[in-house]
Amino acid sequence: MANDHIDITVEPGEVHALLGENGAGKSTLMNQLYGLLQPDEGEILVDGEVRTFRSPRDAIAAGIGMVHQHFMLVPVFTVAENIALGAEETRGGPLGWLDRRRNRRDVLETSTKYGLPIDPDALVENLPVGAQQRVEIVKALTREVDLLILDEPTAVLTPQETDELLRVLRALAETGKSIVFITHKLREVKAIADRITVIRRGRTVGTATPDTSEDELAALMVGRDVSLEVTKKPATPAHEVLKVTGLVVDDDRGVRAVDGVDLVVRSGEVLGIAGVQGNGQTELVEAIMGLREIRAGRMELEGQNLTGMSTKKILRAGVGYVPEDRSLDGVVREFSVAENLVLDMYDSAPYGNAWRLDPKAIGSSAAQRVEQFDIRTGSTDSAVSTLSGGNQQKVVVAREMSRPLRLLIASQPTRGVDVGSIEFIHNQVVHERDIGTAVLVVSSELEEIYSLADRIAVMYRGRILAIVAPDTPSEEIGLLMAGVTGTAGEDEK
Amino acid sequence: MIHVSTATAEDLTEVSAPERFWNRPRRLGAGVVIIGLLAICLFGPLASSKTARFTLSEDSGGAALSINGDVGAYLFGAITVVLGVLMLAGVAKRWHTAFLVIGIVTFVFSFLCWQVAGNFLPVVSIADGTFDFALPLILGALAGVLGERSGVVNVAIEGQFLMGAFAAALVGTLATSVWAGLIGAVLGGVLIAALLAVLAIRFLVDQVVVGIVLNLLALGITGFLYERLMQPDSAKYNQPPHMPTWSIPGLSNIPVIGPVLFRATLLLWIALILVFVIHFALRRTRWGLRTRAVGEHPTAADTVGVRVRGLRYTNVLIGGAIAGAGGAYFTLMATSAFNKNMTGGAGFIALAALIFGRWTPFGALGAALFFGFTQQLAYYLSAGVGSSVPNQFLNMLPYLATIVAVAGLVGRVRAPAADGVPYTKS
Repeated sequence: MANDHIDITVEPGEVHALLGENGAGKSTLMNQLYGLLQPDEGEILVDGEVRTFRSPRDAIAAGIGMVHQHFMLVPVFTVAENIALGAEETRGGPLGWLDRRRNRRDVLETSTKYGLPIDPDALVENLPVGAQQRVEIVKALTREVDLLILDEPTAVLTPQETDELLRVLRALAETGKSIVFITHKLREVKAIADRITVIRRGRTVGTATPDTSEDELAALMVGRDVSLEVTKKPATPAHEVLKVTGLVVDDDRGVRAVDGVDLVVRSGEVLGIAGVQGNGQTELVEAIMGLREIRAGRMELEGQNLTGMSTKKILRAGVGYVPEDRSLDGVVREFSVAENLVLDMYDSAPYGNAWRLDPKAIGSSAAQRVEQFDIRTGSTDSAVSTLSGGNQQKVVVAREMSRPLRLLIASQPTRGVDVGSIEFIHNQVVHERDIGTAVLVVSSELEEIYSLADRIAVMYRGRILAIVAPDTPSEEIGLLMAGVTGTAGEDEK
Repeated sequence: MIHVSTATAEDLTEVSAPERFWNRPRRLGAGVVIIGLLAICLFGPLASSKTARFTLSEDSGGAALSINGDVGAYLFGAITVVLGVLMLAGVAKRWHTAFLVIGIVTFVFSFLCWQVAGNFLPVVSIADGTFDFALPLILGALAGVLGERSGVVNVAIEGQFLMGAFAAALVGTLATSVWAGLIGAVLGGVLIAALLAVLAIRFLVDQVVVGIVLNLLALGITGFLYERLMQPDSAKYNQPPHMPTWSIPGLSNIPVIGPVLFRATLLLWIALILVFVIHFALRRTRWGLRTRAVGEHPTAADTVGVRVRGLRYTNVLIGGAIAGAGGAYFTLMATSAFNKNMTGGAGFIALAALIFGRWTPFGALGAALFFGFTQQLAYYLSAGVGSSVPNQFLNMLPYLATIVAVAGLVGRVRAPAADGVPYTKS
């Protein structure tokens, strides 16, 4: 059950934050409001009237708009086409001849009225995510919504873009529109919300006002006291472990994604790569892991050339890899926990050899690691897909950290993971650093970078714009994430 | 010790990424050089020095372009090589497609000079035959465009052809009306399309598998009924009337294109008009915008209130009607009776034309004409000229062209993103 008897009221002109962990049921709740899912029990009232939403069409008719976490835009359409879709202005005819001029004008009108600049003729796939989000908001606003739901809208934004979004939302609320803002980020909740509803495991666990402290909100959200800070000793960087020089990599479409990256990760330090998603981080990591062909450059692991080496050899050379997409690249969902724990070592002692597997050794090692890494599962034989996101991620982390490592690469290590597991995984990463492993962490969550990194590299359009100290203020890093150089990067130590 | 690197805006402008030498234009250029050399080394020496005549009529008479066979074979081969070398040398990007197309055309000319030396090639009747062979392919590929642009893969074009052909023969004979036959064909195609739609959209069965199964089903049903019903009493069930050829007064007197385009059957005109209609409807109408949205990102379309499944049903059924009409070609135009498995894989060539034509109506038209041309050429060379190349090889030509076209020339094309992906609300 994703939602268990939830009550929520949103007033006109109010910004209402819906706070909860990943998997708490926030999106499920809002998808019912938007007609994408049907509730089994309970009712939805709009302006005091009971309404049933069989599809988004009904919700739109009732004045509800939604900006989804994964944007609902057709990449090969123009901005105007995307906004027109479903509410096209036509000049009649049986098929409805599109009135493109009027569609375009509507877009421009809404965009200037609310101060959300967008180019109606741009192709959506060529727009940066921040602009795509503006398109989504304008799309909802052209449909004259009274209630606008935003599902994790800041996940893909730089800190500056986030502030800008919050400003826009505040202005919208002042025109009398109601805003529901779904998030798990406490800072934003405090910055924008008039009222806060906290949801945990499908239930409303409390309402709060923005003057509630972050610690109290976190405790409400998780159900126990959590420490938001990772405690760690100062780093003691030693010799160079990973050295990347002049790396150039293309993405799947053949577009340059990594454009001449040089970086060094030393033993006993965490290098954090900050940056808005889609600036080449994925391709960089895949290139280092031998998963993606490179166009130019060289990669070395303690002097050993990694360039052109197979992924298997790279792993065997002492590289641990936590991929960014857990369910696609991290685990085999249908395999058991035990099997997933030996995906990297199944053909070597003690788990087996080139011909056979040793189920006994696999089983006992699994039992031991489930214990050590606090993986909550009924049995080591359960399919990994039956585990929660956080526990699946712990399976990946347990697998990768069970080998003696020289280098650990963790890409978005806590995406879609509950707060308790985030704490645990972060501590594991720091522990790995403390025993002398070189650690490369890629994350689009700046807070994660701050809690783990000893040095922060900011990536923008395939380049490392600067490498800065971990005490650099977030405004400065935010500017770098948006591609602005000149002010940051000089604080040498 | 902290490693610090800084980059400024100036650094960002000098992007010094090495380009791979064997990029796509170079690979294609190398291919063009190779076929050009093939033409010079094979067609040239084999060609006799007799005159090859290309007459602008349906027979050997009238105005003609003449060239010595061996001269032509060498000359056009040489042009092909030159074009290929230019592509290898790296000419401006906008010339690539033009050079590639001209290179292939000159290669074909070289081949023709060898084959036609001492004989003649009637351009008008070749063009006429090209449209004739291309007609079902155009309709089949259009059916594919409608389905696939909305996200439903239609492998069952062959089955729709076959059902259309059968229904056209049966209904046409029973009603002794060619138009009743055509309507029967449309309904036959819709029947297969309805099965495809229900299984693929409602029951989420893998669309390629459903398509193949429907082809086998159509083959089985029509084969059975042919043997049990049509063969015992073909006068009663399997003698459909022939589709009349109409001339448009005035226009049909235009040299070359007049007899090809304006002295033709209604079905050809319907096909050509449909190409225009579907092209503009896809780009300029509400239906088209929604169809494309549903084929690219159905969830996005759903969240703005577009009925994803409904639209897919509509498109697959309209596609079935068009493919069924294409099936009528086989029994009402090409022959005058239904025969078991008479479509002989044309539906798959239509599918190839759809992909070769990059999921666009005009692309599909061009691809269908290309395949129609190779078919007609093979036919003329083996029957009309008495070519030295064995018959079997000439008959391979259309299929060979299909493979080369789809594998080599299309390269990386982008199908509609949600093509073949069933839509379920999560």
